[in-house]
Amino acid sequence: MGLFAIFVSAILVNNFIFSRFLGICPFLGVSKKIDSATGMSLAVIFVMTMAGTISWMLNQLLAVMGLEFLKTIVFILVIAVLVQFVEFFIKKTSPSLYEALGIYLPLITTNCAVLGVALLNVQNNYNIVQAIVNSFASALGFGMALVIFAAIRERMDNNDIPAPFKGTAIALITAGLLSMAFMGFSGLKI
Amino acid sequence: MADIKNLTKGFIKQNPTFVQVLGMCPTLAVTTSAENALGMGLAVLAVLVMSNIAISLIRKLVPDNIRIPVYIVVIASFVTVIDLLMHGFTYDLWKTLGLFIPLIVVNCIILGRAEAFASKNGVLDSIFDALGMGLGFTGSLLLLGSIREILGNGTIFGLKVMSETFKMYLFILPPGAFIALGLLLAFFNSLTLKKQKKGGK
Repeated sequence: MGLFAIFVSAILVNNFIFSRFLGICPFLGVSKKIDSATGMSLAVIFVMTMAGTISWMLNQLLAVMGLEFLKTIVFILVIAVLVQFVEFFIKKTSPSLYEALGIYLPLITTNCAVLGVALLNVQNNYNIVQAIVNSFASALGFGMALVIFAAIRERMDNNDIPAPFKGTAIALITAGLLSMAFMGFSGLKI
Repeated sequence: MADIKNLTKGFIKQNPTFVQVLGMCPTLAVTTSAENALGMGLAVLAVLVMSNIAISLIRKLVPDNIRIPVYIVVIASFVTVIDLLMHGFTYDLWKTLGLFIPLIVVNCIILGRAEAFASKNGVLDSIFDALGMGLGFTGSLLLLGSIREILGNGTIFGLKVMSETFKMYLFILPPGAFIALGLLLAFFNSLTLKKQKKGGK
């Protein structure tokens, strides 16, 4: 597959949230305000691109040693270290963003999108350039979905929603409608 | 003393899916049919029980500030075991669930129970807790999977239950997952609201 095809398909056709269902927890959790959604997206883009690249390299090393079955354990450790690093960085540079992201920042470790992209790169037998492009584009798709969704939810605050639907229920249905819109891309031929 | 409440609380009162809204990714992704949902639920149940046992056994040995990485490694090891077992014994299921088996590692329910329960309680209580939460999760997945399979394909566990022409294909597709779960959540919310109203009077 060409690099452009990987790029577009990771952002639109196989969007991490709307068609692969990866990273739903932060998607529902941090999407109440656009500001925190943007901050979260940037952090995830950084972590995912780095994690995708580093884990790809480590997988080569594991393959040489014949220890491929350890990849899940190794990848999750790499991700945990990276997240720790990002946490220090955001805490130093933007304490207000650090406050806004709260518990969801350390939880990037358990964001399945990050581990998911690392495993997908390996599963699809991508080479290093393809792996980097795929990781970056998937993260971009995740970020885009998160920001769009946050914008919708900010508007929803002023709406009169029936009591049982308040909170997560209406958010999920909105996500379903967005996901329908994204399905329109599945006919895209590149 | 082990408390039976630790077992039953996961079924309804603290149901991981509908009340705590945890572990959404596999909930949405693998519930295209009742069979997949059951397979995923049982895999999570197995990992949850093993990791809760291990973590409650080592809880006094692990220094507090590195406990999360330790827990993750413990969980990842068990997930690898389950992954290999499923590859060996239930190959078809392993193939359909695909990426979501290794992703059990990052299922918030498992780390959540390790952190909130197993790290503070004895082995027996932790087993009960894991069984309750795991069964609650499996039940929710099975419910959602059945609804989606019946609406989307007219079948349940592959058996025809609706007429030949009954197919709302949307419910098998990704948007259907969001919508079905959203409606189910709203349904459970309305039950809780009714109960509160009655209690208020």
